Amino acid sequence: MQNNAILINILRFILLVFIQVLLLNHINFLGYINPYIYILFILLYPLSGNKGLLIFLSFLLGFSIDIFGDSGGVHAAASVFIAYIRPWILKFSFGISYEHNNIKLYKTSLAQQFTYIVAMVFLHHIILFSLEIFNLSHILLIIKSTLFSGIFSIILLMSILILFSRKN
Amino acid sequence: MQQIIFFFIRNKNFLLFGLLFLISVYFTVQTHTYHNGKYVSSANFLSGNVFSAKSNVTGYFGLEDENKRLTEENILLRTELENLKSIANPSTLDSTVLPSGYIFRSARIINNTYSKSKNYLTLKKGKEDSIKIDMGVISSKGIIGIVNATSKNFSTVQSILNTDSQINARLKKSNHFGTLVWDTKNPNRVQLIDIPRLAPVKMGDTIITGGKSTIFPEGILIGTVEEFNLDGDANYYDLQVKLFNDMTSLKHVYLIENTNKEEILQLENEVEDAE
Repeated sequence: MQNNAILINILRFILLVFIQVLLLNHINFLGYINPYIYILFILLYPLSGNKGLLIFLSFLLGFSIDIFGDSGGVHAAASVFIAYIRPWILKFSFGISYEHNNIKLYKTSLAQQFTYIVAMVFLHHIILFSLEIFNLSHILLIIKSTLFSGIFSIILLMSILILFSRKN
Repeated sequence: MQQIIFFFIRNKNFLLFGLLFLISVYFTVQTHTYHNGKYVSSANFLSGNVFSAKSNVTGYFGLEDENKRLTEENILLRTELENLKSIANPSTLDSTVLPSGYIFRSARIINNTYSKSKNYLTLKKGKEDSIKIDMGVISSKGIIGIVNATSKNFSTVQSILNTDSQINARLKKSNHFGTLVWDTKNPNRVQLIDIPRLAPVKMGDTIITGGKSTIFPEGILIGTVEEFNLDGDANYYDLQVKLFNDMTSLKHVYLIENTNKEEILQLENEVEDAE
């Protein structure tokens, strides 16, 4: 069971990186809107898993996206940030006792999942675009990109969660 | 001592987070400064090969357009060749035709971005094909960017659609020159700033490279004037330039090497040192 979980996470990591860099980075909806769904790895990482490991893996994940996208370290920074902040977001969306109750993400209510994803996506995107644009005089562009890309990402992430949720 | 160790154990997640976050920000800042030997670029073994595998597949999708473009270019080259033939006089050929000083190489684009504020292209040619940093990149229709990193088999190009790019350009009709920049708003439109107010600017005027740098030869096409206003102090024009190139659908490019570049730079350095 434990080995199985490790294998699933490794496969998810690789698959998400390839989908992101080969497909989703080239959508450019309305000129600049791209969804960033690779953070699904961070969202689905076992809720009671090792936090230090998650932070390190998130760095590797973001860094792989950066290497393919020539974006320096913006994805790495944003991913590391949401990986670090994840326990607080989990507490906020699933209640204080999520750790003791051994909650599975698939078994929570849709509203709770939605809160969790929205919070993570917007935190990730605001850091991502602030660092990428790196200019306070373009603050409107940062907010616009965060909002539109964020909505796109949230729709995709929710669809993926609903499609692939295991009912057993 | 024990206290310090406990502190580290208690805050190990935060310290790990802080460290990795700082590394990421360092890499980010580094990409914002041009000419600073990048460590992280898509010109590396792994991403280069992944992108070229992808480009092998997607390369077939635009073949019709690509063919049309090549035929157009052939026609252009043929007319130029005919013009040259009629001018050239066999008796003066040997003594008056100087070597042009520029070497052209072709390359295939395997990755192209145009939706970010700092855009780069990846080419499937690198150091082994004698691609060097600071070579100019153009397509048959006009200017594209400047090589900013190379690896053995791949290289990345800082596109003109990058807020760090500043390229010398001028009006084709008069010799007034300015700087070409990009405001991130539209991938088909760039801005030419610092054109003096005296310059006779009209809608539809052609903009070409100025030849004041050692990267691009003079007269490479850029675009046409679509809109122009005086800037805040009313001393300079800001022109909106519509690019001839469609930056969103590029497949093949030419790289320009200036064979006199080192000599020119050396001379300029000597003059600067002497002052």
